[in-house]
Amino acid sequence: MDYSKALNKNIMAIPPSGIRKFFDLLNDMDGGISLGIGEPDFVTPWHIREAGITSLKKGYTKYTPNAGFSDLRREIADYQQRRMGLNYDPDGEIVVTVGGSEGIDLALRCLLNPGDEVIVPTPSFVCYGPLAAMAGATPVYLETKAEDEFRLTPEGLKAVITPKTKVLILPFPNNPTGAVMKKEHLEAIAEVLRGTDIFVISDEIYCELTYEGHHVSIASIPGMRERTVVVNGFSKSYSMTGWRMGYLLGPKEIISATIKLHQYGIMSAPTMSQYASIEALKYGDADIEHFRDEYNSRRRFLISGLRRLGLDCFEAKGAFYLFPDIRSTGMSSDDFCMGFLKAEKVAVIPGSAFGLGGEGFVRICYANNMKNLKESLVRLERYLKSIK
Amino acid sequence: MKKLLQILENDCTMSTEELAALADMSEEDVKKAIEKYKKDGILLGTKAIINWDLSEFEYVTALIEVNVVPQKGDGFDKIAEHIYQFDEVESVYLMSGGYDFCVIISGRSLKEVALFVARKLSTIDGVSGTATHFILKKYKEKHLVFEKHSDQAERFNFV
Repeated sequence: MDYSKALNKNIMAIPPSGIRKFFDLLNDMDGGISLGIGEPDFVTPWHIREAGITSLKKGYTKYTPNAGFSDLRREIADYQQRRMGLNYDPDGEIVVTVGGSEGIDLALRCLLNPGDEVIVPTPSFVCYGPLAAMAGATPVYLETKAEDEFRLTPEGLKAVITPKTKVLILPFPNNPTGAVMKKEHLEAIAEVLRGTDIFVISDEIYCELTYEGHHVSIASIPGMRERTVVVNGFSKSYSMTGWRMGYLLGPKEIISATIKLHQYGIMSAPTMSQYASIEALKYGDADIEHFRDEYNSRRRFLISGLRRLGLDCFEAKGAFYLFPDIRSTGMSSDDFCMGFLKAEKVAVIPGSAFGLGGEGFVRICYANNMKNLKESLVRLERYLKSIK
Repeated sequence: MKKLLQILENDCTMSTEELAALADMSEEDVKKAIEKYKKDGILLGTKAIINWDLSEFEYVTALIEVNVVPQKGDGFDKIAEHIYQFDEVESVYLMSGGYDFCVIISGRSLKEVALFVARKLSTIDGVSGTATHFILKKYKEKHLVFEKHSDQAERFNFV
């Protein structure tokens, strides 16, 4: 059997993630430190875990409604109103998904037709392009730049819009750069989009990790709600990555299409995770503040540490990543990271893994304990001296 | 400023530079604040928390409920002062509820602790009764868990 011909052409055309080699190497090392994985280091708060456990003890082990429990959808609507100022009807405008990732996939597949173009600002999370390609569309990558603090600019956007443009991905606060889009920046983007038929998929999974001022959703800008699907979830805000809980917010017509797809592909998000998420939304605001405060301290510590070592580091104001510029070393980001891992057993990710504009930078995740962060700076200093 | 105290309460071994970055203050301000906290008695001291059970040494802790007859004019404070002067006494708290003082003491053996209660504590003027509870196992102290579970499950995914 010639599998290369048998399998779907779209999936065969997608290159595998080149990052695995770092983790495979790291796993074989003693005393290695990973600042590579983009995941909170905190365990899910106990009261949230307990709510999940209680639901199991009570025997709540059946399917839930396709769109998620109505209680959960109500709490999501309430939370979005309370913290983001967004208004969505729990009956019809919200679907609970298996992580934000499923939400992105659903939104893309429901909005795209073959031949459509999807604008993906980069550097960014690696899933958008491949998922757009699986939906038969063409990803169009748009490089954001350090001099714009890695924000999407209206000029940059205008330059890549074509008659085929169907969707703009808006991945802010951004993984891997830590960039955020403030209200005035979003208004400038909205100005470009008004009067077009372009939809926005706004991936706001890091919205609670915004360190100066509050997160603003593009859906709150006049004229944008009707064309926006907001992706959000519990993984980063409540340290709940393994529970696989996310959701979409959007106009009824779009959400009902995504529910159809979700119903056939998934049925419903995990039941115990939904119970835990209700607890998180009802009683977890203090956890969010606590995590944000902790990450913010580490962020400041690491920025000042990197600058002390002479690395130019853009002041990331969101998510839990720093994206220092390593061009002064004269190395490619891949060589830099591989060398650092081999010499000092610290894993950071080459910026090139996050698409156009990432080369020359490395992603450091500071969702790690202070001891490891401190030790990593010591090792980085040694490494930088050794490659001079 | 509250942030600085919280950081110190959690880990007092950090350098001024680290404290400054974490608390979003200048190093100079951190130094000044710590000096002032020490002077004002807000920063009372810095100690390590030791899991004696894992060491080769024996270490017994007891929590003693103490009832007293408050003295005229001095209330509880004089008796408390009398109690806390003993080196064996780790902590003394005035309590609401069923008894007056909660006294935590430690010693090298059960016998040593028992003798202290019998000879020193219960004979103090004004002490009308004691109930000694030995601590059998410590699970958590000052947010630190004594029996460490294995490190978090391995973290696999690339995201």
